[in-house]
Amino acid sequence: MTNPQGRFGVHGGQYIPETLMNAVIELEQAYERFKDDPDFNAELNQMLNDYAGRPSRLYFAERMTQDLGGARVYLKREDLNHTGAHKINNVVGQMLLARRMGKTRVIAETGAGQHGVATATVAALMGMECVVYMGTEDMERQALNVYRMRLLGAEVRGVASGTGTLKDAVSETFREWTNRIEDTHYVLGSVMGPHPFPTIVRDFQAVISREIREQCLAAEGKLPDAVIACVGGGSNAIGAFYHFIGDKDVALIGCEAAGRGIDTWETAATMNTGRIGIFHGMKSYFCQDEFGQIAPVYSISAGLDYPGIGPEHAALSDAGRASYVPVTDEEAVQAFEYLSRTEGIIPAIESAHALAHAIELAPKMRPDQVIVVNLSGRGDKDVAAIARYRGEDLHD
Amino acid sequence: MTSQNPVTASSARSSHTASAFARGKAFIPFITCGDPDLQTSAALVRSFAQAGADLIELGIPFSDPTAEGVTIQDANLRALSAGTTTDKVFELVHDLREGTNGPAVDIPLAFMTYANVVFSYGTERFCAAAEEAGIDAIILPDVPFEEKGDFDAIARQHGIDLVSLIAPTSNERIRMIAAEAAGFVYCVSSLGVTGTRDAITTDIGSMVELVREATDAPVAVGFGISTPEQAAQMARLSDGAIVGSAIVKLIAEHGRDAVGPASELVCAMAQAVHDI
Repeated sequence: MTNPQGRFGVHGGQYIPETLMNAVIELEQAYERFKDDPDFNAELNQMLNDYAGRPSRLYFAERMTQDLGGARVYLKREDLNHTGAHKINNVVGQMLLARRMGKTRVIAETGAGQHGVATATVAALMGMECVVYMGTEDMERQALNVYRMRLLGAEVRGVASGTGTLKDAVSETFREWTNRIEDTHYVLGSVMGPHPFPTIVRDFQAVISREIREQCLAAEGKLPDAVIACVGGGSNAIGAFYHFIGDKDVALIGCEAAGRGIDTWETAATMNTGRIGIFHGMKSYFCQDEFGQIAPVYSISAGLDYPGIGPEHAALSDAGRASYVPVTDEEAVQAFEYLSRTEGIIPAIESAHALAHAIELAPKMRPDQVIVVNLSGRGDKDVAAIARYRGEDLHD
Repeated sequence: MTSQNPVTASSARSSHTASAFARGKAFIPFITCGDPDLQTSAALVRSFAQAGADLIELGIPFSDPTAEGVTIQDANLRALSAGTTTDKVFELVHDLREGTNGPAVDIPLAFMTYANVVFSYGTERFCAAAEEAGIDAIILPDVPFEEKGDFDAIARQHGIDLVSLIAPTSNERIRMIAAEAAGFVYCVSSLGVTGTRDAITTDIGSMVELVREATDAPVAVGFGISTPEQAAQMARLSDGAIVGSAIVKLIAEHGRDAVGPASELVCAMAQAVHDI
């Protein structure tokens, strides 16, 4: 779907200040040099396997399948990776690349804190300096992850500007990058931002669909009928979709955070409520007003609380290859509770958005059909927030 | 925008934007339109023109100005909270050019805003409205050389210069960027975002030299200039100085009463630059 200018259809590009252009060009050149390098890939695979715990399991959710009475439901257990989410796949790849580029310091944005924790973790392992930018609103929602990052030796800088959420953390990390480029790599956490980030992050996350493909063929003797993943910026979703894009019979479904509903202002459902724009380095779909002011989006999930979406998703949607459905806070919380009770797995509230759609879809499908839900992260970090959502006075 | 002057080699020289540099070194102040309100913005622009500004940069507020430091970020938010919209900024410029509610402003005016403000309005519709209002140039800090195709050709059709920026990290890119410059070249003095700095350590002289090898368009230096002395120092190395945050700080401090103190600073800076 990509071309040399980093475009996905009309989306993508490099809409960034001139100060950063040589930095992204340097990154692109380094990636082109190392992506097919046997030593680089051997080191990457070894770290993914020995340190991050790959391959992750494709688990047949038997009780969920019986209860829903339709398609066979599998869970891709990215929640079992080290640091508890898919984020580590990309971080390991980018940090190995950064080290080969001679960088000694990394900066990152984080929403729910999962990407920040993954970056702080690998920085600790590699002995690199690490600064994570996080919206002050998110620091409150995800206090445990803030402490985790500090425990791992990272500095966490609160971002109070704007809505104090993921969007503002991304803006501030870009600002910091323009300030200090020479020794610093920006470990962007999703398939967004200027080229080459959407391509690099997608390639490092594509291990998810590569494994699903093999595991599903081994377990079912066929490809899945549908792959479902939650979408904020879209990294776990593109990772789960990528190796199925050419298989037209595999439905690819992204689940956006609808917050309190797509007919309210308190939503983060970019595809369903946004329109094309240019922001954070890319052309894609964004929640915005009639004058192009970026909308203050909302979701119970700090990881999906973002007003844009990666450019490859925008192109997949334009081409009709993937569909993007809205899932509300309430639906996600119900799915969060459902999976905990039914399978003994507490999912991240982000991943619960994908589960909610699977719960709705499975009964409408035949028992010989297969759904794979990408369980992108585990829910320990969300327990206190969900308790509060349900009216219990519980704090981290 | 064909030039009537047969001896002018480059379109950069012939544009109204570049006329800001015709009398010598140029002083270029910046304000965010609508901060604290549009009436104050109109009064500020008129007073800056009288105080000796050669070109004025008019910021159209954007919700998430990623190239700005805290001072101008806050100005953007104040302007948006006051209900400023792109359409109202067009009206402001129109009134300034027509002399509605005050003297008409004749010096070149440039918009400074972000790609999405232009793109979401419709680039063609935006440039047509900007031309109609009397804008000479547009500066988009999140549109580098590689992406200017979206905007450049349309702006040109409306007689508007899309100003190119170069940065301390541009190195070998400077020649390529400068060769296609329109209006003037905006030389970013320092790494980082906008905001006042105690000292500018970049070798501005070498950057300007590289630009001059590729174009006869003038070069103005911006980012981090906060005193008349710094403005003169940067203008000595180039063709002009651009000052934003130092002025916006005074507007933040004095609100609707900012015209006096802000034009006093602009007057001192313009004089320092013109005296070179």
